[in-house]
Amino acid sequence: MDLLSLARGPALKVALVVFCLGVTWRIVGFTLLRVHRDLNKPRASIAKFLAGGLITVGSRSWPHQEFIGRTGAGEALGYSYHLGLFAVVLLFGPHIAFLGSLFGVTWPGLPSSLITVISVLTLTLFLAVLFRRVTNPVMRMLSNFDDYFSWFITMLVIVTGLAATAHIGAPYQTLLALHILSVDVLLLWFPFGKLMHAFYIFPSRAINGAILARKGATS
Amino acid sequence: MSTPAGIVGANLAPAENRSPEARVAGAMSGFAREIGALSAFRLESCIHCGICADACHFYIATEDPQYTPIWKVEPFKQAYKREASAFAPLFRLLGLKREVTADQLAQWQHLLFDSCNMCGRCSLICPMGIDVAALIEQARHAMFEAGLAPKELYQKAAHQQLTGQPESSAEPYRERLLAIGAQFGVDIPLDKPDVELMLCVPRTDIEHYPAAVAALARVMQHLGVSCTFRSDGLVAENYGYYAGGKAWQREISRRLIDQAIACKARVLLVPECGHAYAALRWEAADLYGKPLPFRVLQVTEFLADQLHAGRLKLRAAALGATTFQDPCESVRKGGINDAPRALMKAMGIELHEMKNHGGFSFCCGGGGGVLDIERAAPLRHRTMENKLREIDDTGAKTFLTSCSDCRRTFDDAQAHFDWQKTPQSLLELIADNLVGAGA
Repeated sequence: MDLLSLARGPALKVALVVFCLGVTWRIVGFTLLRVHRDLNKPRASIAKFLAGGLITVGSRSWPHQEFIGRTGAGEALGYSYHLGLFAVVLLFGPHIAFLGSLFGVTWPGLPSSLITVISVLTLTLFLAVLFRRVTNPVMRMLSNFDDYFSWFITMLVIVTGLAATAHIGAPYQTLLALHILSVDVLLLWFPFGKLMHAFYIFPSRAINGAILARKGATS
Repeated sequence: MSTPAGIVGANLAPAENRSPEARVAGAMSGFAREIGALSAFRLESCIHCGICADACHFYIATEDPQYTPIWKVEPFKQAYKREASAFAPLFRLLGLKREVTADQLAQWQHLLFDSCNMCGRCSLICPMGIDVAALIEQARHAMFEAGLAPKELYQKAAHQQLTGQPESSAEPYRERLLAIGAQFGVDIPLDKPDVELMLCVPRTDIEHYPAAVAALARVMQHLGVSCTFRSDGLVAENYGYYAGGKAWQREISRRLIDQAIACKARVLLVPECGHAYAALRWEAADLYGKPLPFRVLQVTEFLADQLHAGRLKLRAAALGATTFQDPCESVRKGGINDAPRALMKAMGIELHEMKNHGGFSFCCGGGGGVLDIERAAPLRHRTMENKLREIDDTGAKTFLTSCSDCRRTFDDAQAHFDWQKTPQSLLELIADNLVGAGA
């Protein structure tokens, strides 16, 4: 079995199984903990409680006016590379074809040249994010192996993807295999680290927002 | 029955035979066992972005990363991952998360108590939506169990759960309350049965602002509301809440709950005290184990309701430019943003809001028990500079608030900084401007 067959064959299958089971177990792990029932009389109606959750999902996508001066640039950087990643993962023709083979649905993509430009920009933003993490005293203090490895493996996927499309450094088959292998490693790591925030972000905003709305509190 | 004077000031030192290490280990495993799905989800969701630092006045004033709000629960995140998370066995097996040590936790006492007002401003900035303040409150519970609550808070909580008042006094608060009534010429309704409202008072008001106590009684008398103070449930504050002593918090709340039930009150009225409101309105029922058989209202929301119903009429207060300090626990975390403003508007007050106001206001710096912690004073004063600047920038001559702890914190600032503004009670202002009160 050659490297490419390994990468998109058994390695991918194992990675997907670990990803699915790991993500499920990690979520089940805390949802099975004691659920505290709030016996204090709510200020808000059920409708306001639910609306509070939904509104917070949207409103936390950008800092409140009071915070923009201190956090706007950092958040803009964070969202920019996420948007770049989404564009590359979801709108690149070969990715659409791959996802289509998994889910049976395809959609229109962006031209390859544009994807390349977006990838390079995303890569640049990724480097900026790392620079910020190591130079910002707060982020440096909070950071651990999870932060750096999650950054590294995501970066590796982008770099190998760019190398494969640009045919740089090795035969295309090898580069493609390395790209898929890096995705396999990312999937294997996903349930164990902070990449899980992809699953958490909207429920977390919604739940905390709804709880604050229940009290009529600011959210 | 009043508090027996002999109990006040009794020896409150707890019997504790375990070593610090054993006590910390017990507290951390207790934390992990009791964490619950919601707090676990909050800990799981943190992406280490550090943005919460930019909402915290302790960080903003010092630029010291240790004051990053989510960092204040770092040992607890460590304990959760090691003891209760989905991959806890893996973390333990591979040694990826070490046990929290007594030394480590002792270092965190400064972060969880001296440098956190539990004001909740950090909970508004997190892009993941995490309520960091709720995590900090839970972490304080574990600190208490580990024997690491600051002595000032511990002693007051111990005293209060035992005697009903957080510290000894020359005369029991019941007698003090009656003396305040006599001093200000207002009837103090005491130990009446079958009333609409049960009243309680901040001990801060009893000790420092007796006019606020008289104002509460005067306004109720003016409204003709059937109400009473109760000798066995007088103090609004809950030092168990501050210290993290959940069992003591329950006992302290229970005094008020039992008294409200005994006098068949339909409403327990919380005076101008932010954390007392939080403890009674948003936590007491959980600790009591069932929904409370009465409503809990903060005095400004009650009075705003009376205003809207046409039962309270206020005359214009000639104050000139005025600003208002929003108490975090009742405004940001408690949802009472409009009520104080409606009351000020009814008195024709020319309100000049601070740059950060309403739900986004900075804490006075004394909340969460910080005002009581002596060693925290230098840091607290440093964080207050920004707040005082915001107040000065409004150009207001008068400065109102509706929290006695905020008031006392600013009084302290006035002395420390030789600052010229004196915080005034919104309730006292209302009592002075009742239409038809003959004042």
